[in-house]
Amino acid sequence: MLKTVIPFGPQHPVLPEPLHLQLTVEDEVITEAIPALGFVHRGLEMLAHIRDFHQVTQVVERVCGICSMIHAMCYCQGIEAIMGIEVPPRATFLRTIWSELHRMHSHLLWLGLFADSFGFESLFMQLWKIREKVLDLNEATTGNRIIVSVNLIGGVRRDLAPEQISWILAELAEVEQDINRLGSTLLTDYTVKKRTVGKGVITKDKAFELGLAGPTLRASGVCQDMRMLGYAAFDELDFEPVVETEGDCHARSKVRFREVRQSIDLIRQALSRIAQSEIRTKVKGRPQGETVCRVEQPRGELFYYIKADGTKNLERLRIRTPTFANIPALLSILPGMWLSDVPVAVLSIDPCISCTER
Amino acid sequence: MRDEVISVSPDNLVGAVAKLKVEGYRFVTLSCMQGDVNTVVILYHFDKDLVLKHLRVRVPADGPLPSITAVYFAAFLVENEIQDLFGLRFSGLAVDYERTLYLDGGEVKVTPFCKYTVAKIQGDEAKSLPASADRHSTGGS
Repeated sequence: MLKTVIPFGPQHPVLPEPLHLQLTVEDEVITEAIPALGFVHRGLEMLAHIRDFHQVTQVVERVCGICSMIHAMCYCQGIEAIMGIEVPPRATFLRTIWSELHRMHSHLLWLGLFADSFGFESLFMQLWKIREKVLDLNEATTGNRIIVSVNLIGGVRRDLAPEQISWILAELAEVEQDINRLGSTLLTDYTVKKRTVGKGVITKDKAFELGLAGPTLRASGVCQDMRMLGYAAFDELDFEPVVETEGDCHARSKVRFREVRQSIDLIRQALSRIAQSEIRTKVKGRPQGETVCRVEQPRGELFYYIKADGTKNLERLRIRTPTFANIPALLSILPGMWLSDVPVAVLSIDPCISCTER
Repeated sequence: MRDEVISVSPDNLVGAVAKLKVEGYRFVTLSCMQGDVNTVVILYHFDKDLVLKHLRVRVPADGPLPSITAVYFAAFLVENEIQDLFGLRFSGLAVDYERTLYLDGGEVKVTPFCKYTVAKIQGDEAKSLPASADRHSTGGS
């Protein structure tokens, strides 16, 4: 059988962002997949060297829209660690609440796109309808739907009023009800399972060896979640990572679906235990030293290496996003798959090219 | 940094990384930065049970540095990224994009993160310098 090379992307109906895969196929079966990047690279790590270290918060928020708040939180936590700044307890709870809202809307976005990848458009629309409620929560509490810009070094910019807290709880109850209504379709529907069960299997050992992160790692049975580190207010909440063991596309969707419900629970816990204090500490001086900061993005472990030399500009800001870590998974799962299953497999790692190409 | 940082030489790098793999460490990523004039520093980050360990390697900017993709295949992307952004070459890369991970071949003219550039030294002065000393710091590429 002659080998045929098929370009998948950078423009493809199933890809929300440009990623190119050079697929070698024999008949309809993939034998090799080579990724190509660089279509939207913006050089934000370089820009971070030019801007004042306070302004870098706005720069890193633009690494990725979907998880902008978590990028800023990670960066601020890193600088706060270098400078020895103690963040007021209320600010840590607020960061936790907004980061979980981000996880919810990111997972709902992905669940919708995943449904769309196997042609289930009504499910896609229902999931995005629920996501709108989460975006409304973002807008009402921060002033923006996606890039919320609430973090600053030393705390947060905005607080929650008591009447907002009761409104958030009421909205979350509705979101939970809507999610549960769609759960049986997403997890047990015959057509959905036919397209996802047993597809793109990554074993526990392989996932660990490939250095995967986030739901892609946890769906293969590895219990690793950066929230276990207890950053922000996670050390004061009851938290247990969501883990599945099958390692296929269906398991990856199950992890994300369960994590939406888990985020609702975490927000409720945070709102019930939120401390009364200031929301920001005044920052004096300039950072000097180096540190590594890790937090859990919706797609997995977000890694920041920060080096500062006491000037207003950073000496080095290195950002490793979870999608960058998860791309090797594609090289592992695509060979041996049918060409028709490629969109489902590619979507299953929740590729964020904006994150990957900082 | 609060985590353990171990300095290793380029010659001992692959062995040190292989030892960490045997000990059950997960590969996280590499961080590359400008060192002194004509050197770059690379930090190799590994994780075990949520605790990080780092290997620090100092290498001449014109390399090459041995690739660790034979031990951790997942390192191929970040090693290619460093080739693009810092100009450092890795020998034995499992998938080598030849500095075209982000750009097409003809577009590669400078390494944006490095503050050095190639300067030609002519005459007797050039003969007295070692082969790797033809790069002069200029404060910007």
